[in-house]
Amino acid sequence: MLSDALLLQLGYNATLVAIGAALLGVSAGVTGTFLFLRKRALVSDAISHATLPGVCIAFMVMVALGGDGRNLIGLLLGSALSAWVGLLCLNWLTRHTRLAEDAAIGSVLSVFFGFGVVLLTVIQTMGVGRQAGLEGFLLGSTAGMLWADAMIIAVGGGATLLLILLLRRPMTLVSFDPEYAAARGLPVARIDLAMMGLVMAVTVVGLKIVGLILIVALLIIPPVTARFWTERSDRVVLLSGLAGGVSGFVGAAISASAPNLPTGPIIVLVSFALFALSMLLAPNRGVLAAILGHLRFQRRVHLRQGLLALAQGQPIYERLTLRLLSRAGFARADGVATELGRARAAKALRDEKRWEVVRADQSHEAAAALYDGLRDIETVLTKDQIVDIDRRIGGPQEVPA
Amino acid sequence: MLELASSNGIANTNEALAESPLAIRGLTVSYGQKPAVFSVDMTVQAGAMTAVIGPNGAGKSTMLKAALGIVKPLSGQVTAFGKPLEDQRARVAYVPQRASVDWDFPTRVIDVVLMGLYRELGLLGRLRGRHKAKAMDCLNRVGMRDFADRQIGQLSGGQQQRVFLARSLAQDADLYLLDEPFAGVDAATEKAIIAVLKSLKDAGKTVVVVHHDLATVTDYFDHVFLINTRKVAEGPVDVAFTAETLQAAYGGRLATAQIDQLSRAAG
Repeated sequence: MLSDALLLQLGYNATLVAIGAALLGVSAGVTGTFLFLRKRALVSDAISHATLPGVCIAFMVMVALGGDGRNLIGLLLGSALSAWVGLLCLNWLTRHTRLAEDAAIGSVLSVFFGFGVVLLTVIQTMGVGRQAGLEGFLLGSTAGMLWADAMIIAVGGGATLLLILLLRRPMTLVSFDPEYAAARGLPVARIDLAMMGLVMAVTVVGLKIVGLILIVALLIIPPVTARFWTERSDRVVLLSGLAGGVSGFVGAAISASAPNLPTGPIIVLVSFALFALSMLLAPNRGVLAAILGHLRFQRRVHLRQGLLALAQGQPIYERLTLRLLSRAGFARADGVATELGRARAAKALRDEKRWEVVRADQSHEAAAALYDGLRDIETVLTKDQIVDIDRRIGGPQEVPA
Repeated sequence: MLELASSNGIANTNEALAESPLAIRGLTVSYGQKPAVFSVDMTVQAGAMTAVIGPNGAGKSTMLKAALGIVKPLSGQVTAFGKPLEDQRARVAYVPQRASVDWDFPTRVIDVVLMGLYRELGLLGRLRGRHKAKAMDCLNRVGMRDFADRQIGQLSGGQQQRVFLARSLAQDADLYLLDEPFAGVDAATEKAIIAVLKSLKDAGKTVVVVHHDLATVTDYFDHVFLINTRKVAEGPVDVAFTAETLQAAYGGRLATAQIDQLSRAAG
């Protein structure tokens, strides 16, 4: 079943939803990256909750005008309008009152959402019968998704991506160093507003599939996932888009493969799975890498200290050190150095002296920055450089490698 | 205020304003109800190296930030090279305090320097070989060439500061404003930075540095600007950096012996 879903074999609606969710995931992942880099991830939560009153008011207005209250474009326009008002409130509160941004987010989020729920209740008691489905905007509902709905997502997502392509340099600059950006004459406040406007666009576009409560997950989790794998902001953007797209597609496919699996929440769970895998397995920033790195580091420290102790004829008491030395063939179990051990110990001592020279010499700064008391000096300097350093140290030049 | 400026050839004439790389008039900045900088005038001498000094919280950095429009002043006019600063941004380079950014940001050293080429690159311009070559050249000037591909989080404080300096060099500006570039850096970095600043001065550029180490003022700079919320003194080091001006700027915060020693050093 799942393989059918992944291969888009489950029929028209499921295919439409899967493609729409993948597009939404890409644009949310890419947009969310800048929010994450700007350290304003939670603003998206305020923006998304602020859409609810707009959805309800748009419904009421459309019904009052005698139209169909469920017209998606109308509802989305309404949600965008009230999200924008919420965003302006948030900006105003942070800038002109003593409220910190987290408190301002909390206030805007709860007040707008509360107001939205009140309106939702009012609509339900209006008894028009046509209101069914508005609750779908809370958690998303893909059951009756139409071709037109998918088009809205595609066009909205595509437009967001184009704008981001255009604004990526100023947004990165403002995220990294807003003061410098201002000094270069960049309109920092307007770029921030544009960034939030893009987040709002993604939120509005994603209301149908993921819903306003969970859209924040699609904006935040993919960038955090991507950050585990790279140290470059441009790659975080691309990987985040990829993670978002995969989450959207796979999540939608899973939810289509069995009855009664909600699309939005499953998408969020898939994106969490990618996050968890990345957190565990990423090569440099991952948890496993950190644990392994620490263990390896500990061993290298013990081995190095053991060698230096051998070189200086000091006794070794630590059991781990002894074990590592004897396993490497540098010492017998009782701590007496072997031939190989003596040679390596002499080399270690020599390296210490060489490092001393390197670290005192400004022209070797890049090499010196790598000094950790453990590294073999050949891994950072060329043979000629080492010969030159040995000449400066003086003394016997014969050091076994 | 000690009227040293006008007695030493930095007249408040229109000519001086038109020539000055940075002229500030009546600048007042306030966080809340208490002014951090009050009605300050500054006329930066072209081709000079000027130290902005004053006690902690005297408004040194704030004045610079307000002049550049990073914080919004309550009042005041700022001109650069005789024109409104807004038209001269490309000629003015700014080096912020290194503590003002998050060094865990996912970016490499070379990418930070490339930010200095922001205007050249534009919104969609492609990053070309010559841009990278230029960034590498700037890194070379601050002795950081070998660090180009490292993540910025791996740098020491001094190295971070030099990367920031390299970014400003990439801009090819005529006026360089540095906010506490020597704060918390190692001796090697301080030497490297001052060498770069002197080479800028030799190339006819103007350098303004917010500085906190009074002991090195006479070695490094030829002009000083003393501030303690209000302007205290402005002019060449030998005239404006004296026992009286220091006393006026720092009040009781410097021991008399210290002031004597410093002003003797100032000659």
